[in-house]
Amino acid sequence: MNSRSTGAGVIATAPDERRTEAASAEAKPALWLAGPPAVDLRHISHTFRSLDRSTVTALSDVDLEVRRTEFVSIIGPSGCGKSTVLRLISGLLKPSSGSVSVFGLPVTEPRDDIALVFQRPTLLPWLNVVDNVTFPEKHKTGRVSKETAARALDILEIVGLQDFLRKRPAELSGGMQQRVAIARALLQDPDILLMDEPFSALDALTRDELSVELLDILVRRPKTVVFVTHSIPEALLLSDRIVVMSPRPGTVTEIIDVPLPRPRGLNSMLDPVFSEMASEIRSKVFTRARH
Amino acid sequence: MFLSRLAPLLTLLGAFVVWEVVCVVFSVPTFVLPRPSQIIASAQEVPLDTWLANIAATLQIVLAGFCISFAIAIPLAMVLVNSRQLSNTVVPLLVVIQSTPIVAIAPILVVSLGAGVSPRVVITCLITFFPLVISTATGLRSAPVELIELSESLRAPRFRQFTQIRLPYAVPHILGATKVAVTLAVIGAVVAEFVAADKGLGYMIVNYTAVFKLGRAFCALLILLCISLTLYQLVVLVERTFFAWSLPSRN
Repeated sequence: MNSRSTGAGVIATAPDERRTEAASAEAKPALWLAGPPAVDLRHISHTFRSLDRSTVTALSDVDLEVRRTEFVSIIGPSGCGKSTVLRLISGLLKPSSGSVSVFGLPVTEPRDDIALVFQRPTLLPWLNVVDNVTFPEKHKTGRVSKETAARALDILEIVGLQDFLRKRPAELSGGMQQRVAIARALLQDPDILLMDEPFSALDALTRDELSVELLDILVRRPKTVVFVTHSIPEALLLSDRIVVMSPRPGTVTEIIDVPLPRPRGLNSMLDPVFSEMASEIRSKVFTRARH
Repeated sequence: MFLSRLAPLLTLLGAFVVWEVVCVVFSVPTFVLPRPSQIIASAQEVPLDTWLANIAATLQIVLAGFCISFAIAIPLAMVLVNSRQLSNTVVPLLVVIQSTPIVAIAPILVVSLGAGVSPRVVITCLITFFPLVISTATGLRSAPVELIELSESLRAPRFRQFTQIRLPYAVPHILGATKVAVTLAVIGAVVAEFVAADKGLGYMIVNYTAVFKLGRAFCALLILLCISLTLYQLVVLVERTFFAWSLPSRN
């Protein structure tokens, strides 16, 4: 996949996109930006029963507030419960103690306004790109509405897959598969996007490319994003705030504001603030991991 | 390339030639081991109608047994995957059934169920059931966790999690088990016919060996082999035609 055609596609559809954005803004309540935070975790602790029947404390007394349309990255070594945080927000897991609220309401079950993107694309190998992207609606309601089908084409154009609509996942590269997975999540038009190391299985070039595309998409369709990653540069490039976690038991050790100006792009990585912050965060992640 | 495709056929022909020669050189009597040429000749001793009637009888048992087994095994596997408790209860029972020697249980079943078609179908079911259930259950569990989480996060109806995610993921496992099961079904049908039957290829083999007509018995055996191979190839054909995505890609 070359980035040129992707870029061109984004520019070409931009005016159209703004219009649909305006339409959906009307549909949403006017208090969209006001009111309670998008995500509010309070005193969250979570323990698992592991296979050998011992209990593992995945999270211990985690507090985290994510404001509306904010991009928050969670960074930390493996096994610090980053993914658990996402599953708690999504309602797939219930915390052992503490409370999870989304838009001011306690989370008791999965919500329609939250979509997930996983580390692996996990597409359905027997469906083509379009059917994979519309799969959530098909799965939930049993059919795909005309509007959804039309929107799917728009979104696939945004992620640069307009020429691969009828391909099966096996015919796509890893980066393209992950684009399909992102398009699948975007088609659900979620207010909150939970991304669990979505680019970590990709090569460095594709990673940067997809990060920039994600930035573009979020400029046009603002969303609250909670993004789990291992990559400090990725977190810096994308985030408004970075949450540093330490493992065993997983807990928040630091929350860092990223003052880099928006809109951001690959050039943001050349900003001296960027490298300064990268080494600062690296030292924090490292000292914590050594315990 | 062409030669390598022909190699199995040539090997088979070679084996038949060796067989023929050995029988002639050591003058093996026909009632001990007929020569391939005699086997082919003896096929014509039995009228075609008789062959067809017996083939139909066996095929009927094979297909009925397999279809019933398949129709029970797939839903049962779905139920087992859905409930751990039920799985813990039923699977040991299945292992017991699978561990029971089918040849030993066949005469008992014939007494219990009478001498009709039903014991033969039941025996065929029993022999094909276990691989189908176990493989299907394994396949249903092989769907990626993320997709199950996606399904749960959408709060989709539970049955769609099966029809749209788990079952398609189980297809390669089900097809694999079906390949095993169709050949087992032929074995089951023949075992059942050995025990109690008045027609069928298994019945013919028992009858003809009893009267030392080994040539005809071998013919029946060959036909059974052909049925088995054809059924297997049918499954392969279904796999290639309808489930090509489930096959490993060639590159």
